[in-house]
Amino acid sequence: MMTERLSGGEMLIRALQDEGVEYVFGYPGGAVLHIYDAIFKQQRIEHILVRHEQAATHMADGYARSTGKPGVVLVTSGPGATNAVTGIATAYMDSTPIVVISGQVANDFIGSDAFQETDMVGVSRPVVKHSYLVRSAAEIPRIVKEAFYIACSGRPGPVVIDVPKDTTDPSVFFDYEYPKSVSLRSYSPSTRGHSGQIRKAANALLAAKRPVIYTGGGVIQGDAAAELTKLARRLEFPVTNTLMGLGGFPGDAEQFLGMLGMHGTFEANMAMHHADLIFAVGARFDDRVTNNPAKFAPDATIVHLDIDPASISKIINADIPIVGPAGRVLAEIDRVIEAKLGEDPEALDKRALGDWWRRIHGWRKQHGLDHDQRHRQGLNGSLLPQQVVQSVYRATKGQAFVTSDVGQHQMFAAQYYKFDSPRRWINSGGLGTMGFGLPAAMGVQFAHPGAVVACITGEGSFMMNMQELSTCMQYALPIKVINLNNQALGMVKQWQDMQYGGRHSHSTYRDALPDFTALTESFGHVAYRIDHLDELDDAMADVFGAKHRDDLVFVDAHIDPEEHVYPMAIKGGAMNDMVLERVDGRDDIRDDL
Amino acid sequence: MRRLLAILLENEAGALSRVIGLFAQRNYNIETLNVAPTEDETLSRVTLSTTGDENRIEQITKHLNRLIEVVKVVDLTDGDHLERELMLIKVRAVGALREEVKRCCDIFRGQVIDVTNDAYTIQLTGTSEKLDAFIRALGETAVLEVVRSGVSGIGRADKILSL
Ligand SMILES: Cc1ncc(C[n+]2csc(CCOP(=O)(O)OP(=O)(O)O)c2C)c(N)n1
Ligand SMILES: [Mg+2]
Repeated sequence: MMTERLSGGEMLIRALQDEGVEYVFGYPGGAVLHIYDAIFKQQRIEHILVRHEQAATHMADGYARSTGKPGVVLVTSGPGATNAVTGIATAYMDSTPIVVISGQVANDFIGSDAFQETDMVGVSRPVVKHSYLVRSAAEIPRIVKEAFYIACSGRPGPVVIDVPKDTTDPSVFFDYEYPKSVSLRSYSPSTRGHSGQIRKAANALLAAKRPVIYTGGGVIQGDAAAELTKLARRLEFPVTNTLMGLGGFPGDAEQFLGMLGMHGTFEANMAMHHADLIFAVGARFDDRVTNNPAKFAPDATIVHLDIDPASISKIINADIPIVGPAGRVLAEIDRVIEAKLGEDPEALDKRALGDWWRRIHGWRKQHGLDHDQRHRQGLNGSLLPQQVVQSVYRATKGQAFVTSDVGQHQMFAAQYYKFDSPRRWINSGGLGTMGFGLPAAMGVQFAHPGAVVACITGEGSFMMNMQELSTCMQYALPIKVINLNNQALGMVKQWQDMQYGGRHSHSTYRDALPDFTALTESFGHVAYRIDHLDELDDAMADVFGAKHRDDLVFVDAHIDPEEHVYPMAIKGGAMNDMVLERVDGRDDIRDDL
Repeated sequence: MRRLLAILLENEAGALSRVIGLFAQRNYNIETLNVAPTEDETLSRVTLSTTGDENRIEQITKHLNRLIEVVKVVDLTDGDHLERELMLIKVRAVGALREEVKRCCDIFRGQVIDVTNDAYTIQLTGTSEKLDAFIRALGETAVLEVVRSGVSGIGRADKILSL
């Protein structure tokens, strides 16, 4: 076979094709024009023109989170690259595989403060899994191959390829061959767990009297939901998910305690605190989960399974650490347990577990999310955010992809939309990036053209990337945006209510909000406004019905602006220290928003 | 607790900056740092001294291992090892001080490697403590300039850090 002769720019695009890339989310500029010309001359990859580079990274991220496949971004040097950094950091914190290609000034100009020069490798260093600066065009195929391998393997994460303009010169040609494999002597992610540790973990699980299975984003990213569900069902242990882990276990199952942590359910947090065994899978004991680590689960033996050794014993010491891919290790643990239960059906302490479940049901009844108090009527019949989320859940039969932003609306969505499969709930948990929701929903919709994609957002977050409504028009994306409009930076305001004597320092907009229905209509989309509970279900049935299958619909839901998110962890306390209902003016709550 | 880490690193542009960046980013401190290519030109060897309790050192080691260009990390202080540091020191040497400085240098087995009318430049190797002791012995007034390499370390006997 004759090797092809391609320019650097052509090799880059050809390598992306060879990686199986469907979409590139990007925005052009001087440093990447050779690459854009190479894109123009081919058909296999569709380039999506965004309106802001941050949004491009979130789209790639949404694409990646909903499919497990890497998302790809192309931006120019300087401001294009720096605009992408927030999205790269977002992907880094939530371990999602994206590959970001940034233009750079020509190698000879690097370091001269040339026009639109930024040291992208330097700027992005703390928030990437790895990065490359292309020194010569000949390296391009190898670098692309390595970048995708690194982004997707082990604990996934973002990889930056910084491409100086001279290396894409259309007048210089190279022999192109895409490498079949990578050889990185310094990088070999673990592919299986240690069998001794697996046996120890199985024994600890069997011996537990008050167990909780606590799982995070690692179960989603590691495609381990089926294995987790099988093991948890066999053991009949209570399961709780982190904000990142929702969908790892069926959200409507009796066995599911809901989300845990700062705004987790009463029963999940109480169970964690009183557990004698916590089996953490693909979770990292984030401070939004543990509350004060010194007071965390005083009686619990900790079994911690993670692909990343650096996550184990970082915050909470693990008694039984297992490094390995979640799915495979869970399946092995399940086999060991199945065999042991086969030999001795009494191996599990059914009586103790029965008592444990009775306590959990008691907590659920006492203060669970379905408790009456949470269904109180809004003031003067106004809407409550929880009711809106529940209505979306009903209208979509629990089968939508739901993206979200950051704030109260995010917590209401996480609490009240019950995800029964993985990769459906897509939000920025680690970095907490406002502005993530709409572009992430777009990435999801590109990946799943026929699917129902809802973005549950707040007006503050929405306004951070609403320029993408124009991109949605260009590509006819039928996303359903549910704007929980409380006319405030609600989460900030809630903290100010709770610990700053209700002084709302810069958390409201003083009547300066746009008319969102007119705004979205001006982009050619459909808009609804809902003010009252009695309009809610009919409107949602319309929005998610056949009538608007092909439309982007923006629902401006004006909700009770006074509503707070509960439960809420009490600062410095243990996991069982929660505020459960409205109290104003206290100052013993968390102080780090 | 002081710890001495030996790190094998791909000898590539930017690799060292990732190691240093990691320390800054995660709030770990670097006391001394020393780096050069090894007999295998594709590898650099770093010796880095830092402080922290066992948990912290474990975290540092794990995070270093996460860097793609880090090939191997060993905590030399876990076992028997040798440490050496090189110091070049320029001292004032006039009149009676000339003899005095020379004698002190001999006692510490240093070498005078450059001489002017009023100064000596001395080369000294040894543990960091020995170098500290030499500076103290000279008395501060004599010292004009000090440059130290940072510690280099190697495991004792047949312990070998390689690929
Ligand atoms: C980019 C960014 N800036 C600031 C914050 C801090 N912050 C967290 S929640 C929040 C308010 C969000 O307001 P909105 O989107 O309207 O959601 P609500 O809480 O009202 O539901 C702010 C400002 C953040 N998370 N991200
Ligand atoms: Mg708001």
